Amino acid sequence: MNALPAPHRPGPLPTRMQLEDGRLRHLLTIEGLGRPLIEQILDNAESFAGMNDQGVKKLPLLRGKTVANLFFEASTRTRTTFELAAKRLSADVLSLNMNASATTKGETLLDTLRNLEAMQCDMFVVRHADSGAAHFIARHVAPHISVLNAGDGRHAHPTQALLDVFTIRRHKGELSKLRVAIVGDVLHSRVARSQIHALNTLATGEVRVIGPRTLLPAAVEQLGVQVYHNMEQGLKDVDVIIMLRLQKERMQGAFIPSEHEYFQRYGLDARRLALAHPEAIVMHPGPANRGVEIASEVADGPHSVILRQVTYGLSVRMAVMSMVMGVNPQVRA
Amino acid sequence: MRRLIQGGRVIDPAAGIDRIADLAIADGRIVGLDMADFQPDERIDARGLSVIPGLVDLAARLREPGQEHKATVASECRAAAAGGITTVCAMPDTVPPIDSPADVRLVRQKGRNAHAARVAVIGALTQGLDGHHLTEMAALRDAGCVAVSNALHPLASPLILRRALEYAASLDLIVVVQPLERALMPEGCAHEGPVASRLGLPGIPVAAETAALGQILALVEQTGARVHFGRLSSAAGVRALQRAIADGLPVSGDVAAHQLFLTEMDVADFNALCHVLPPLRNSRDLEALRAGVADGTLCAICSDHQPHEDDAKLMPFPATEPGISSLETLLPLCLRLVDEGQLTLPEAIARVTCRPARALGLRAGSLAAGAAADVCVFDADAEWTLDVEQLHSRGRNTPFQGWALRGRVRHTLVRGEPVYQSSADSDPHA
Repeated sequence: MNALPAPHRPGPLPTRMQLEDGRLRHLLTIEGLGRPLIEQILDNAESFAGMNDQGVKKLPLLRGKTVANLFFEASTRTRTTFELAAKRLSADVLSLNMNASATTKGETLLDTLRNLEAMQCDMFVVRHADSGAAHFIARHVAPHISVLNAGDGRHAHPTQALLDVFTIRRHKGELSKLRVAIVGDVLHSRVARSQIHALNTLATGEVRVIGPRTLLPAAVEQLGVQVYHNMEQGLKDVDVIIMLRLQKERMQGAFIPSEHEYFQRYGLDARRLALAHPEAIVMHPGPANRGVEIASEVADGPHSVILRQVTYGLSVRMAVMSMVMGVNPQVRA
Repeated sequence: MRRLIQGGRVIDPAAGIDRIADLAIADGRIVGLDMADFQPDERIDARGLSVIPGLVDLAARLREPGQEHKATVASECRAAAAGGITTVCAMPDTVPPIDSPADVRLVRQKGRNAHAARVAVIGALTQGLDGHHLTEMAALRDAGCVAVSNALHPLASPLILRRALEYAASLDLIVVVQPLERALMPEGCAHEGPVASRLGLPGIPVAAETAALGQILALVEQTGARVHFGRLSSAAGVRALQRAIADGLPVSGDVAAHQLFLTEMDVADFNALCHVLPPLRNSRDLEALRAGVADGTLCAICSDHQPHEDDAKLMPFPATEPGISSLETLLPLCLRLVDEGQLTLPEAIARVTCRPARALGLRAGSLAAGAAADVCVFDADAEWTLDVEQLHSRGRNTPFQGWALRGRVRHTLVRGEPVYQSSADSDPHA
């Protein structure tokens, strides 16, 4: 018998779905974007940040476009920044709370999408509790619609990661010389996964994750990180500390024994911050639990750039929205 | 009716036969090979084809009663026949579950009415599969159940499991267990490993299988109950079964065919068609499963057929329903193991005929004189490409779409009567 041809394998990896002729068509995950493209997003975000600094709050780049915020999972902060970014670009914005909509009445996700497509939307900003939801939607939307992942399950939150690396670049410069520590609940964190991919793509000197084994994914080192279970060891000489939110519902899951012990072992206070590089910055994707993962003295202290992250988030989301629509800040409509 | 299947390569692993021969059938039973004075009413030309016992599939979801939008007993029995399967074991996790003699009789009757593959019903171990209250197993057995199982539904406690094993053993009923400790896999939908970690999919650790196996094996040792472990997925699971068999425990085990070809990597693009339970694990597990099949630790390869309507897979990965429509790929995938040098052809045939039949005590899987004439005639050399639109099953949910496969069923006979036939000319896949 002759050897059979190699088995058929699944189609393009999700990382490739988001590019079309090298251009960003969707933003679903950081994975596979490539360093030039990420740097282009960050550079465009710089342009928008510059304009915002100069008092130019509104640009006509997305005039005539309609952006639909589809939030299948509760979120105020992320939804607001996407909404504001779209409005700053002069797009029309629909913000839909999908939990209270047709999907709860039994309509399938695809039916919902078809209806929104029929409303002539150009972009879907999607948040969903299931990993892979943004990919699923991107795979099934009409060709003229771009999908931005605003957080899917535990999988990805790419714009948050981009604003984080934007923040790091602005405050610390060249990433190749930096040590970055991500602390806390990596297991359930879509932000952490995206941060790790972004930092590694940008050739960051060293990326560490710090947390108890209960809060780290299996084989996490294969994501390209150094693993620490001891906070003191993990923070030594780092330039950037990214604290993750400890979700209080985790207390019931036996992931940690108590908030008290968690803070004792993994909370960031001034004493532990002193182990890092003297000019280290402290970041948090928010909302922060003070006294659980971070002490107020640190959250409000001179090393904290937490509020700056929020501001930068707007510029980064404007950059991504304009890029998937094929325009950039240098091209005025 | 007297039929003669002429000139085929007759492979009957149960009897150690592998030679060109004429197979004589009369009144629904095998008469014998090369019967010189046999006068048939009908001849089937099997020259260039293989003639084997009809396949015995230890696990399939037929979806009736209750989920006729996915499939029916009739549709899936026809699909089974098209796949060369003549005995298909129906799992009890229908909606409602098959937990009463009336349900058993209903499914068996629907199977008979289909005039295709036979249906062997595996009844529920607990009422409504609730994990708390034992079913009336004696009545289920009297209604024709060949075994009992709680499918993938958990039992409330090890004590219930012990009682269930003891009670089944007292009736000489085999208990089919899918070892998966649910408490270790909250929300789990993919193998706990690098792929699930990267995709942020809640994981199912190998320990969910081995912990369940360990507990059940301890109770098998205690009770002496006969247990068949269905759908093992891991190297550690195979090792545990191997040790138990070596210790002389009355246990056996099988693996789903897709576990011998797919790994967690196939999930890497959130491919919901690869969402299965137990999950696709890593390449080391796959190799161990193949080795377990080769050395006989895993006595059977089954389809673990789970047909779904399209919508069941049209959701984000964790929200999709697990399972593959797989009746019609069982034989070609087994033949692929032969092509890849994992098994000889008779060994592969044994894993889907006599060995599964023996595991559940079914009178099937043999071409011995006097046996029921359940026969599969297939073209081992026919190459085809799987096109889901051509499947006979209602379920189109297969990750093997587009795979180049070898081996096409030409005739399937149950009780000596043709229930499926295709010719090379009429075969849309040919």
